[in-house]
Amino acid sequence: MRRRSAVKTLALAAGSTLVGRNLAQARAPSPKTDLAAATGSRAILVDTTKCIGCRMCERACAEANGLPEPAKSVESGTVRITSESQWTVVNRYETENGPVNVKRQCMHCLQPACTSACLTKAMYKTGEGPVIWRGDKCMGCRFCMLSCPFDIPKFEYHSANPRIQKCQMCFDRLKDGGMPACVSVCPVNATSYGTRTEMLELAWSRVYGEPDKYVHHVYGEDEAGGTGLLYLASVPFEQLGFRTDLSQTPYPTFTRDFLYAVPFVLTLFPPFLLAVSKATAGNRQQDSEG
Amino acid sequence: MATVSADTPGFWNETRRFTRFLAGEMKPRGRILTPFNVITIAIMVVAAVILYIRFTQGLGSVTNLSQEVPWGLWIGFDVITGVAFAGGAYVLTFVVYILNVEKYQPIVRATVLNGFLAYVFYAGALLLDLGRPWNVINPIIGNSFGVSSVLFLVAWHFLLYMTAELLEFAPAIAEWAGWPRLRRWLNRLTLGAVIFGITLSTLHQSGLGALYMMARDKVHPLWYSEFIPIMFFVSSIFAGLSMVIFEGSITHRVFHHRVGRDLERSHDGIVQGLARICAGTLFVYLFLQLLVFVHGQKWEYLTTGWGSWYLLEVIGFVALPSWLFLHGVARKSSRVIRTAAALTLVGIVLNRLNISVIAFKWYLPVRYVPSWQEIVVTLAVLSAEIWVFRWVVNRMPVLDSAHVRADVGERIERAPASAA
Repeated sequence: MRRRSAVKTLALAAGSTLVGRNLAQARAPSPKTDLAAATGSRAILVDTTKCIGCRMCERACAEANGLPEPAKSVESGTVRITSESQWTVVNRYETENGPVNVKRQCMHCLQPACTSACLTKAMYKTGEGPVIWRGDKCMGCRFCMLSCPFDIPKFEYHSANPRIQKCQMCFDRLKDGGMPACVSVCPVNATSYGTRTEMLELAWSRVYGEPDKYVHHVYGEDEAGGTGLLYLASVPFEQLGFRTDLSQTPYPTFTRDFLYAVPFVLTLFPPFLLAVSKATAGNRQQDSEG
Repeated sequence: MATVSADTPGFWNETRRFTRFLAGEMKPRGRILTPFNVITIAIMVVAAVILYIRFTQGLGSVTNLSQEVPWGLWIGFDVITGVAFAGGAYVLTFVVYILNVEKYQPIVRATVLNGFLAYVFYAGALLLDLGRPWNVINPIIGNSFGVSSVLFLVAWHFLLYMTAELLEFAPAIAEWAGWPRLRRWLNRLTLGAVIFGITLSTLHQSGLGALYMMARDKVHPLWYSEFIPIMFFVSSIFAGLSMVIFEGSITHRVFHHRVGRDLERSHDGIVQGLARICAGTLFVYLFLQLLVFVHGQKWEYLTTGWGSWYLLEVIGFVALPSWLFLHGVARKSSRVIRTAAALTLVGIVLNRLNISVIAFKWYLPVRYVPSWQEIVVTLAVLSAEIWVFRWVVNRMPVLDSAHVRADVGERIERAPASAA
């Protein structure tokens, strides 16, 4: 009996170590791959000082992704957010420097909260940079929505076959060597597209070229650990509806400590519990005799 | 070959006997038209209609969930609160099978049954909330393992823990069905299932809290801290035991005819012992809350409305029941202990709902309030669980601990002479 328990414990421990090691490998991206992803991945730079608010990008986005055509006119003074039928929106903000137009969409984080939240890998960070959604895997738990610091993923609440809807950075066009629909259609070059390194260089060269015009901050360089969407502005970003209180640590880091504890608990608890059970076995017999 | 042909008729006879037995057991016992039955049947029928609408027209047709608030009552109460309430099973099996404290043996079966059913029905509630439930097999069959997800861990643990609890309860099923050989075999699996179950519980009780780690900017600072997983684990101990006390006092009255002599005799002693554990863990939890509060420098929030709400939770439903439990033990008053247990349960509901619903995105101008349909479905899940619990308790040896004596006898028989 005793020998069998020992074998059982060993098998349990071995099993959980194996599981633990696999999990740890999967969970810890090495710094090297992070860097590769950061430099090679694609990014979009949005220069809000150039945007004239024509909303042609909204229409191009709807056309490229088969979404309903956006409303022709927009009530001024209202801030719209992206929705399940509109993946990008342009809002106008009245600021100390006059009106500023801001295009919003998924930020395509370098280490996205949504993809690390996804238990089926339906939310997926591609090597090219876009964060895409894969319907054949998604079970509709909406944990991505709960986790995203930018509140980007949207859910089709009024469908029996609901999808998660958000900007995919026109991943299919990118694969064929094209560029995102919104960027290609912009008449005033308020949006630029390239590798993230190029876009950061472009952003900072604009800031240094006209230091009085821009605030010295590229939104998305560090926010949430760095994003695939980068923003330039002439006024502080909090005036343009951006959350500036977000952590600069990549969001998956916040659950990493907990997940690292998992293999330890799985490995250490069973033998410990078995040992305590055997050590206190005397209690039972004494009790029942007494 | 010879053994097979000799066994086969026996097997068929046994199958026939069991089928007849099961058919007999399926018949309802006692009066059918009791107020409880009428109300719960009505609730379940309405819920069935609501769920039909939900699966044909989408979640938005019956819930108040939104793009801003993706998780509502079904997750916040059914799953997150319900699983904390089901924590009694792992705590009690720890005390009885790991620490070998015989005293609590008479309530183990009822508690494990409750825990098992809670998980089955709350996991069921999780399925109702999934937008694309047909893909629920993806993280299980291995074509898509999102191992960096806390939810992946929680989902797998639910599944494994249900199996462990079923194994822990299986001897009672075997006794009921009249399969003594199977029961002996199942009995040998109990310790393994218990060890596995406690390990899993530690991880997923805390894991439910870890779900909110990435929502750090969305939960009010008075409730968010990086220690949520530890707090969830510690609070699941007294949440589970308070549920055992509370539910035990009801079960004891309703199923009085099923209660065995052992439980009858030891019930008060058991309740007082559990109350002591509750008082202790509540105090630890209170201290942790204080530590997190001071460490996070959250003084400034105390003067706001959220501060009062927080103080109500921590003082009214943690500190007060902790003291009441002690008071009840000193006075040997089951009534005081029951009150303390009830207060503790309210406190757990408040805490879990605060994190998942009430203080979640506290800055929104339009707040989420559950729709009546969400509430009815929640009540229906609860009703269905009680129905199954009642069916099992009225038929299987759950509250009568005759099996305990058999167990002990067996163990003494097998124990080596030197140990005795």
